[in-house]
Amino acid sequence: MNGADIERHIKGARRVADQGKFAILGFTPARTILFLVFAAVVVLSPMVLYPIFLMKIYCFIIFACAYNLLLGYTGLMSFGHAAFFGMGAYLCGHAATQWGLPFELAVLAGTLFAGALGAVFGWIAIRRQGLYFAMITLALAQMVYFIALKAPFTGGEDGIQSVPRGTLLGIVDLGNDTALYWMMSVIVLGVLVLYNRIVHSPFGQVLRAIGNNAERAKSLGYDVDRFKLVSFTLSAALSGFAASLKTVIFGIATLTDVSVTATTEVVLITLVGGIGTIFGPVAGAYLVLALEHFLAPYGPWVLLIQGVVFVAFVLVFRQGLVGGLQRLWKEHL
Amino acid sequence: MLFDFNINLLIGQMVLGLVNGVFYAILSLGLAIIFGLLGVINFAHGVFFMLGAFVAYMLGETLGIGYWGALVLAPLIIGALGLLVEVALIRHLYKLDHLYGLLLTLGLALFAEGFIRIVFGPQGLPYSIPPSLRGAVNLGFMVMPLYRVWVVAAGVVLCLVTWAVIERTPLGAKLRAATDNPKLVQAFGINVPVMLTLTYGAGVALAAFGGVMAAPIMSVDPAMGTNIVIVVFAVVVIGGMGSILGSIVTGLGLGLLEGLTKAVFPEASSTVIFVAMVVVLILRPRGLFGKMA
Repeated sequence: MNGADIERHIKGARRVADQGKFAILGFTPARTILFLVFAAVVVLSPMVLYPIFLMKIYCFIIFACAYNLLLGYTGLMSFGHAAFFGMGAYLCGHAATQWGLPFELAVLAGTLFAGALGAVFGWIAIRRQGLYFAMITLALAQMVYFIALKAPFTGGEDGIQSVPRGTLLGIVDLGNDTALYWMMSVIVLGVLVLYNRIVHSPFGQVLRAIGNNAERAKSLGYDVDRFKLVSFTLSAALSGFAASLKTVIFGIATLTDVSVTATTEVVLITLVGGIGTIFGPVAGAYLVLALEHFLAPYGPWVLLIQGVVFVAFVLVFRQGLVGGLQRLWKEHL
Repeated sequence: MLFDFNINLLIGQMVLGLVNGVFYAILSLGLAIIFGLLGVINFAHGVFFMLGAFVAYMLGETLGIGYWGALVLAPLIIGALGLLVEVALIRHLYKLDHLYGLLLTLGLALFAEGFIRIVFGPQGLPYSIPPSLRGAVNLGFMVMPLYRVWVVAAGVVLCLVTWAVIERTPLGAKLRAATDNPKLVQAFGINVPVMLTLTYGAGVALAAFGGVMAAPIMSVDPAMGTNIVIVVFAVVVIGGMGSILGSIVTGLGLGLLEGLTKAVFPEASSTVIFVAMVVVLILRPRGLFGKMA
């Protein structure tokens, strides 16, 4: 029951390596096909679905990519990602409303701040492993929540409201939903390419080695704690990026973003989609957010159904949607 | 300005803190016992605490069973529910990564909180202090509400009894042995799976007992469980899960610290335990009473 044991088994689905397979930028033919399918869905879906809802899904895809990089590959179970998501949202909102920063810089501010917070939290939490790591990150995030509740700059219960959308590079007016949608489409596809590239890079290989067996990675001479910290910081920054975009799209940053609910949501998306998969965050975000969307009018039923989904996936479908597909296709997807 | 308080306020807040500390101690104790034997961090622990309070409320509303009856019945009912949960769900995860235990119990917590919200609504429900525990008691140096004195006294006794059962009885010896090496204990003819089930039930019943005690002083609302369990996680990290007595001392101590902060610097009272956790992690990462590195 020591830390190493815990981390060795942390991968959800049986991981399928793609050694010797042809790949460009980490894209094997199989992953290319899935990527193109997703790109086609992104292009076609606004014809039938409300673009704002789709953009919310894309933000959570990015958030879940950040989370899955950490949980699925580095094998670190964080329960504190609400802190990075929430503070990224607040800082982006604050930068845009109070400092009057343009869109790009406000998003950058949210991203960097979340990353910095991640570096600090990581530095503290990496002292313990396994379940302790989860408890520590959860407690740290709750501390951030209480600070956000009291601090003047977050606007307390009201949050930061009417955040301006601004313009992209001073040219494209993002107040227009269509323009915003296409920008978000490019961003979410770009993040997916980047995420796939990171996982399949030499750096990603080290993270996966740590996720598989931290002790062995250490014995091979890797500075395990430093790699963990870098991956934690990266994940936090990407979470802040997702939250900043969400703030721009909806024009608000609220306490919900920094509360445990945000963490629960990203954990659920990752589990449903498939821990340790590239396309899991995509599948998971569509499913979980659709569920929430349709259940929203029924209030607390959302919570109850989320609980049922958690239990059902843990007990009978641990590999998640894409993990299941992976088993059929025999490739890492 | 900062030191503008009188000594009675300080002591009053510290006793209040001690009341919270009792709940931290009871919950972290159960959490530690369950983790030690089952290897599961029971995220639903707070929810069982909350359910204890709700069962007490329901017993009063529907059957007219008062506080004392609830104090016996609610832990039994919730304990039985715990047995069921272990047999039906948690049992299937022992061979897997501990992560899945956490995810499953998180799911259970969401389910139970959603269920209670659907049935009772999000507001807090009133639960009154039993007549025999109303009024105040003169402790010599100050006058205290009797109910709070009762909670502290009963909570500390409960913790000590639990400690004695685990550390000083044959049953406890088997429990500790199974925590150390389940396979060997099984080979000696002790039914470890049944032991795991009973341990989960007992740990959860302990949480429910705390919930009933909390019902008259905290508002009985669906979120009370999740709120407290996160603080208890921090308490567990600070204390380390290696020692039963350590869990009790840490829980009470942090309650006191919280009360003290409330008197001196109220703005920080909700974060002080988390700050303490950070300090402990930096200075002594394995926790105050933790054994493993």
